[in-house]
Amino acid sequence: MFRLRHAVALVAALGALAACGGGSSNPLTDTGAQRGTVVVGSANFPENVLLAEIYAQALESTGAKVERKFNIGAREVIFDQIKSGRLTVLPEYNGALLAYLDQKDPSTATEAVDAALREKLPASLEILTSSKAESKDTVTVTEATAKRYNLKSLADLPPVAGQLVLGGPAEFKTRKQGVVGLKSEYGIQFKSFKTLDTGGPITVSALRKGDVQAANLFTTDPAIRENHFVVLQDPKNVFSAQNVTPLVYKSGVDAQGRAALDKVSAKLDTVTLAALLERVVVKREDSATVAKEWLTSAGVLG
Amino acid sequence: MSWDWIGSHGPLIGSLLGEHLYLSVVPVVLGLVIALPVGIVCARYRRLYGPVLAATSILYAIPSLALFVFLIGITGLRNETVLIPLTLYTLSVLVRNVVDGMRSVPEPVRDAATGMGFGPLRRLVQVELPVAIPLVVAGVRVATVSNISMVSIGSLLGFGGLGQLFTTYGIQLNFFTTAIIVGVVLSVALAVAADALLVGLQRLLTPWAPR
Amino acid sequence: MTIIHGIIAWLTDPANWSGEDGIPLRLLQHVTYSGVALLAAAAIALPVGLWIGHTGRFAFLVVNLANAGRALPTVGILVLVVALAGIGFLPVLVALVVLAVPPILVNTFEGIRSVDPTIPAAARGMGMRGTQILLRTELPVALPAVLLGLRTAAIQTVSTATIAAYVSLGGLGRYVFDGFQRAQYDVVAGGAVLVAVLAVATEGLFTLLMIVLVSPGVRRRAG
Repeated sequence: MFRLRHAVALVAALGALAACGGGSSNPLTDTGAQRGTVVVGSANFPENVLLAEIYAQALESTGAKVERKFNIGAREVIFDQIKSGRLTVLPEYNGALLAYLDQKDPSTATEAVDAALREKLPASLEILTSSKAESKDTVTVTEATAKRYNLKSLADLPPVAGQLVLGGPAEFKTRKQGVVGLKSEYGIQFKSFKTLDTGGPITVSALRKGDVQAANLFTTDPAIRENHFVVLQDPKNVFSAQNVTPLVYKSGVDAQGRAALDKVSAKLDTVTLAALLERVVVKREDSATVAKEWLTSAGVLG
Repeated sequence: MSWDWIGSHGPLIGSLLGEHLYLSVVPVVLGLVIALPVGIVCARYRRLYGPVLAATSILYAIPSLALFVFLIGITGLRNETVLIPLTLYTLSVLVRNVVDGMRSVPEPVRDAATGMGFGPLRRLVQVELPVAIPLVVAGVRVATVSNISMVSIGSLLGFGGLGQLFTTYGIQLNFFTTAIIVGVVLSVALAVAADALLVGLQRLLTPWAPR
Repeated sequence: MTIIHGIIAWLTDPANWSGEDGIPLRLLQHVTYSGVALLAAAAIALPVGLWIGHTGRFAFLVVNLANAGRALPTVGILVLVVALAGIGFLPVLVALVVLAVPPILVNTFEGIRSVDPTIPAAARGMGMRGTQILLRTELPVALPAVLLGLRTAAIQTVSTATIAAYVSLGGLGRYVFDGFQRAQYDVVAGGAVLVAVLAVATEGLFTLLMIVLVSPGVRRRAG
């Protein structure tokens, strides 16, 4: 008796079975938010996921139904999604968002950046009040390097920078808030530039191992404390403010939701954020647990 | 090795495994569905095989990472962005196997079938394809194991599957080796299980073959 | 069609052919990573494949291990070695070697195994012993299969070496990752085209090697 028929049926069944098990935790695979549901998104790194989780739980405490779409890997895709309303809330960094919308805008202080953002955001979007918590760009060196060349601020770099390799994300090389600005404001010219990741584990590993002697890390990175790295001061403010700011799709969040997000922004500061992030990244606690505990102790929840 | 973490993250690991299974298996099924007719036609019309082979070789040479990135610009961050390139790769592997399988049918066997009054379609389905099964299944096995590994490449860009255990839960959590090891072990287990299943399927489909 | 224009524009821009992010340097890096990995894999897989094919011992174990090795996720190995040893060439080398060893090993083994047994028997009759038989009679006959394994491994290695860029190394993968980060899809496409061309060239190189190295008698038999 011929088995091909059985085989075709079996393969089709397996295919159907596999198809049922698909696409659960992958963001953006379904058609988008239903009316009344708030869709909180996040980028592809732990700090942003943590912030998004905090926002999500704060919104849930107002009785709203929240859908989470975390770990989206490309900024362009994220922005597209919120512009069209398929995402409704994002934890953003005001400086980075402004640079994305307008590379040439010279604003660096929080108020100026927020004002510029309000002007330049598309009509469907708006930012809420910025938090004091900042995840600022830095140029960071190891303790040994700082001691060796007596480095405390970016102004100390010009005489020795020619011996140092700088590491950072690809766009750091061409940004004003990067190599270009470092040269024009401080006169710093590094020996060479090595493309790593965006202030993530690859950058930390490279700095630790000595593949690069200076690296672009963010102020909230627990690795700075863990490895006794030295953050170089930025007296000329080449790096603009990077306050944690909720970006919302106007018609996607109601007044209660906005109030909850404002409460979070009011209670969050850089030291707190760094401490929470350390629990997630170094102690590997779940961001949901960490978020809940902080929101409760800050009086936003319960 | 943090066993508590594994214990408390069972559902997460399970869902990543399910996602990985979906992303690896669907391209194989789709690839086979396309490769079978293409291969059968190429086996019959030799002149077509040359260009088809060249096209699939070039396709296979394009690095999967680049294809994923490229499609993000078109299909966005959805499953399709991973499924399409993997289906194309599977196709490239399987067309060759289907053609070789069809060609492995001995001429006397074909003649006997025609002599018995089998029309071309019946001969194809009841004689040629069954003989081709071992070579086709060999190709499906290679493609399946290959896909299971390639789905993880997608995680470097943020796509789902077990690769998330390497990136989001591994490297990004201060190089958490437990998560990475779980990902590697499950990946291998998945591939070994799939391969064994396919060998079993082959035995089911070819009861006349010597063991 | 605009993407094709973008690729052509990127490839023909002289600025992209010089400097530390220029095509020649990236190409050289990519070839180096792939070449070193392939050599290392061959250094491991060829002797093992030849020995188990010739003696038949441990064949079952080794071949099954090699096939299981095919199942190891390249990205997983890469990330694991980074976690243990930090970034650098080592994680890339290990991941690529793990990828390249199975095809070389299995093809070499199968090649030696399928040599007509009368050949080594005749060689023994002529007074040759062990390694002599292997290297002077079995290997030349098995050469097409061995080279096929090397060719498969080479193409996979060249294609996968793009992930070296993930751990801050160079190579053509840089164009893919950096282009992705900056949303410059013509750079991504340009990088992909270059890798594809390199892979096809590698296939061509090995096909040429197969013609040059395989003795005419064996070639005629293999058809």
